[in-house]
Amino acid sequence: MSPVIPIRAEAAQGCTDVIPLVERGQREVFCGLTGIIWLHRKIQDAFFLVVGSRTCAHLIQSAAGVMIFAEPRFGTAIIDERDLAGLADTHTELDRVVNQLLSRRPEIKLLFLVGSCPSEVIKLDLSRAASRLSTQYSPSVRILNYSGSGIETTFTQGEDACLASMVPELRTPALNPAPELLIVGTLADVVEDQFVRILNHMGIERVRFFPPRRADDQPSIGANTRLLLAQPFLADTARVLQERGAKLLPAPFPLGVEGTRAWLQAAATAFDVSPERFEAAVSAPQARAMASLAKAKLHLDGKSIFFFPDSQLEIPLARFLSRELGMRLLEVGTPYLHRQHMAKELAWLPAGTLVSEGQDVEKQLDRCRKLRPDMVVCGLGLANPLEAEGMTTKWAIELVFTPIQGFDQAGDLAELFTRPLVRRMRLAA
Amino acid sequence: MQLTLWTYEGPPHVGAMRVATAMEDVHYVLHAPQGDTYADLLFTMIERLQKRPPVTYTTFQARDLGGDTAELFKTAARDAFERFAPKAMLVGASCTAELIQDDPGGLCKALQLPIPVVALELPSYQRKENWGASETFYQLVRHLAAPKTADQRAESAKPRCNILGPTALGFRHRDDLAEIRKLLTDMGVEINVVAPLTATPDDIARLADADFNVVLYPEIAQLSAQWLQRNFQQPFTKTIPIGHNATCAFIREVAELAGFDPEATLSKAVSRAAWYSRSVDSNYLTGKRVFVFGDATHAVAAAKVAAQEMGFTVVGIGTYSREFAREVRDAAKIYGVEPLISDDYLEIEAHIAQLNPELVLGTQMERHIAKRLGVPCAVISAPVHVQDYPARYSPQMGFEGASVLFDTWVHPLMMGLEEHLIGMFRGDSEFHEDAAPSHLGGGVHAQSQQDTLKAMPLDQPQTTHASTASESITVAAWDAGAEKELKKIPFFVRGKARRNTERYATERGISVITTETLYESKAYYSQS
Repeated sequence: MSPVIPIRAEAAQGCTDVIPLVERGQREVFCGLTGIIWLHRKIQDAFFLVVGSRTCAHLIQSAAGVMIFAEPRFGTAIIDERDLAGLADTHTELDRVVNQLLSRRPEIKLLFLVGSCPSEVIKLDLSRAASRLSTQYSPSVRILNYSGSGIETTFTQGEDACLASMVPELRTPALNPAPELLIVGTLADVVEDQFVRILNHMGIERVRFFPPRRADDQPSIGANTRLLLAQPFLADTARVLQERGAKLLPAPFPLGVEGTRAWLQAAATAFDVSPERFEAAVSAPQARAMASLAKAKLHLDGKSIFFFPDSQLEIPLARFLSRELGMRLLEVGTPYLHRQHMAKELAWLPAGTLVSEGQDVEKQLDRCRKLRPDMVVCGLGLANPLEAEGMTTKWAIELVFTPIQGFDQAGDLAELFTRPLVRRMRLAA
Repeated sequence: MQLTLWTYEGPPHVGAMRVATAMEDVHYVLHAPQGDTYADLLFTMIERLQKRPPVTYTTFQARDLGGDTAELFKTAARDAFERFAPKAMLVGASCTAELIQDDPGGLCKALQLPIPVVALELPSYQRKENWGASETFYQLVRHLAAPKTADQRAESAKPRCNILGPTALGFRHRDDLAEIRKLLTDMGVEINVVAPLTATPDDIARLADADFNVVLYPEIAQLSAQWLQRNFQQPFTKTIPIGHNATCAFIREVAELAGFDPEATLSKAVSRAAWYSRSVDSNYLTGKRVFVFGDATHAVAAAKVAAQEMGFTVVGIGTYSREFAREVRDAAKIYGVEPLISDDYLEIEAHIAQLNPELVLGTQMERHIAKRLGVPCAVISAPVHVQDYPARYSPQMGFEGASVLFDTWVHPLMMGLEEHLIGMFRGDSEFHEDAAPSHLGGGVHAQSQQDTLKAMPLDQPQTTHASTASESITVAAWDAGAEKELKKIPFFVRGKARRNTERYATERGISVITTETLYESKAYYSQS
C-alpha cells in the first residue's frame, strides 16, 4: 500500500470489482425443474411435461403435492429400461405419451417438453420432438422445449430456460411501431397491476409482461422493445430477446424502495418521462413504502445476515437489507453471478462484502457456524437443521413464491425477514 | 415411457436414504447430479427432522461430465469419511449417475477405508423406493450381522425379539413403533434391536442375539427377516397388527413364538374402536362402499378392518407394490373384487371412477382423485405429505391405532342425521344434496356439479376394464322424468344407481329409462 497510489472512491463503487469466492463441492440447491411449481400457475393454459426419471417426478410432487389437485398442469414421462435399451423408439413413445396427455386435457394450449438430467445424458433430442409434435397439433396446441436439468440449471434458471424457449415464437411487430416496455420475469399478478398503474401514471401506456398469463397472449418483440428485467436470473432470456432487437435497460432489481425507484427510473428515462411526471407517479407509493419499512428496521438494524446460494436473488436482497434496513452482510452466496445484469446491484453493496459464487456446502456451513449470524437465508434442506442448532433462518424459496417486488411490497419483503426473529422472541418469552 | 401425473414411490436411492437416515453412525455417499439434494427436504421438511440426512452427494454438473466424474466421487467419499467419521458407509448412484456408470462400489474399495463399505446396486429404471429400502437394509444386514455372540442373558431370561422395518419417512412408523414396543414389553418380551430406525451398525451386528423377529413392514424388512431365518434360525411374525382383530392375532402369534400364553394380554385388550363401531351411531356405516389402495401391507390390513370391524363393503382393493401383489390378489378374492395391481395413477383414477365408491381409503395420490370425483377420502398409506407426519400420537398399529383408524375414516363421511335429512328433504338452500358435509365446513361436491360418470373422460387411453367396459357402450337413454327422479338420490350413491339402472335397462333391451325402470332396477338389485 504505497501512499502515492490514491485510494479509489470506494463508496461510489461498492462491490463493483468484487472477486467472488468461487467454490466447488456439494451444492445444496434445486434443479431447474422446480421452476414448474410457479410457472404452471402463471401461464394458466400451459402444461409442463418433464421427460425424465422417477426422481424428477418425485421432486416435483414432493414440492407441489401438498396441494390437492383435481387437474395438475404438470407431469412426467418416465423413461424406463425399454427406452434406455433402445427396445422402444423414444420418439414414438414420446408421441404416444403426448397424445394420451392432450386427449385427456383438451384445454391445454401450450405444452412444454422439459428436459432433465437423464434425458440430457442419453441425448434425447426434445427440440426435434417439440417441432415435430407442434406440426402435428398445430394450431390448437403449441409445443416447446427447454432444459430444467440439474446438470445445466439451478432453481430459478429453469424459468430463464422456459422463457428463452418462448422467445422464438414471439411475433415481430409491424413497421415502425411505437416503443413498448416489456417487463420480463414472473411477477405476482398484483405486482404486475401495480407497475402498470404507476407506469401509466407517468405516461408509459404500452407495457407488456413476459411470461404472459395466458399462452396465446404473447407480446411482440422487435427494435421498439425496451426490456426491463424484473428478476435477476434471466441471463439467457435477456440475451435472446436482445438478439431479436430489444434494448435492455440497465437497472437494479425492483426490491425495496430504492431498487423499485431506480428500476422505474430506468423505464422513465428510456421513455423520456419528465422528472416532474416521474416524481408525481412515484412519490405517493414511495412514501408509503418508506413508512412501511420503519417498523421492520427496528428489528433488523445492526443484525447480521448470511446468505446461502439459491435463486440469484441474494445480491439484490442483500443490497436492500443492508441499505434500507441496516443489516450487516456476513456472506452473500449466489449460485451464479451475471456481472452485467448485476452491475447496478454490486455497486450498491457495501464495499468489502464477501460474495461467494457456487458452493461447497460443508465448508460454507463451517463458515456460517463460526460466524453465528443473527439470520441465515438458506434452502429447506438446511433450514430446520440450522434452527435445531439454535440459528434463526429464513427459508429462501419463499422469496420466489411471495409478491416482493415494487413499492407496496417493500414492507412485506422486510416482514419476511423480521418474522423469524419476532417468532423466536415470542416463543422464547 | 410412462405418463405420470403422480408417482406412488420415489426412486430406489430415496429408499436407501430412508434407511441411512433412520440409522445412526451410517453415512451414504450418493453419486448424483446437482439438484438431487431435494431429497433432503423430504426428511427436514415433510418429516421435520432436526438433522440433515447423513448423505453426501457428488452433485456433478454438465461441465463435470467432460471431466473425471469418478475422481469427483472418490473425493466426495474420502471427504465424507473424514468429516463424519461413520462406522459404516453406503455408496451408490442415482438414476442419472447410473447412466454414466462410474461404479461407486469399486471406486470406494480403492480408497481402502477402515470401515465396512456397502455398495448398493439399485436399478433406478426398474425398481422403486420400497425396493431400494428393502435392498439397502438387506445388504446392511448381510454385511454386518454376526452369528450369535456368547449369550449373556439377564437373570429373568425373557424371550427376546428384534423389531424390523421402521424407517425414516415411513407412514406413522414413529408411533407404530412406540405402540408395538409397549405391547411387546407389556407382554414380557424383551426388545433386542429395533432396525433400521435408531439402529447403529453395532446393533445390526447383534441382530442374531434375539429369539425371533417382529416384522412390522414387510415392504422394507421381509427380505432381511427371511435371510435371518435362514442363517440364524430366527422365525418372524407374519401378522400386521393393524386393527383390533389383527392386533389380537398378532398377540397370539408373538405369544407362540415367545412360548407363553396370550390370554393374559388378550384379556386386558381394550380398544375404543371396537365399541365405537358397535354403538348405534355407527349403524349407518353398514355397507358403505369403500375402495382401498396403498402399499400392500396397509391396503390388505385396511380392507380387513373396513369389512370386519367397520361393516363397510369393500368394492375394490389395489396396491402399487408389485413385490407384494400376491397378498393383495388373495385379499381381493375374499371380497369378490378384481385386484388392481398398478402404479399408473391414471389407471387407478379410471378404476375408482368406474366403481363409484362412497369412501376412498388411499394415499396422498388418491386424495387428488377423490377431489376430482368429489368422493370422501382418508389416508391409510404412504406416499403422504407433511400433514400425515402429525405432532400428536397417531399410530395405525395396535389398539390405539385401531381407535385412530376409526376416527380418521369416519370423519370425511357425512354424519348420520345430516344424511337422513338430505334423503328426506331437498332444495334446502344450505343443506342440500350437492353440498359437502356440513361438519367439514360445507363447500360444493365436485361430483354433484359433474353428475358422476358422464363427466369422467372415459376415453382414457390404455385403460381396459373388460368386465365393465361394455356398460358404457350401449346405454339406454333417460327420459326427463327419470333423470329428475335420479337427482333425488343422494349424490354419494347416485352414480351407482345410475349405473345399475342402465345395466338393468340394457340387459332387458329397454331403450328409454323411465321413472318406473329406475324403481324396477332398485327393487331388482336390492334382492340380490
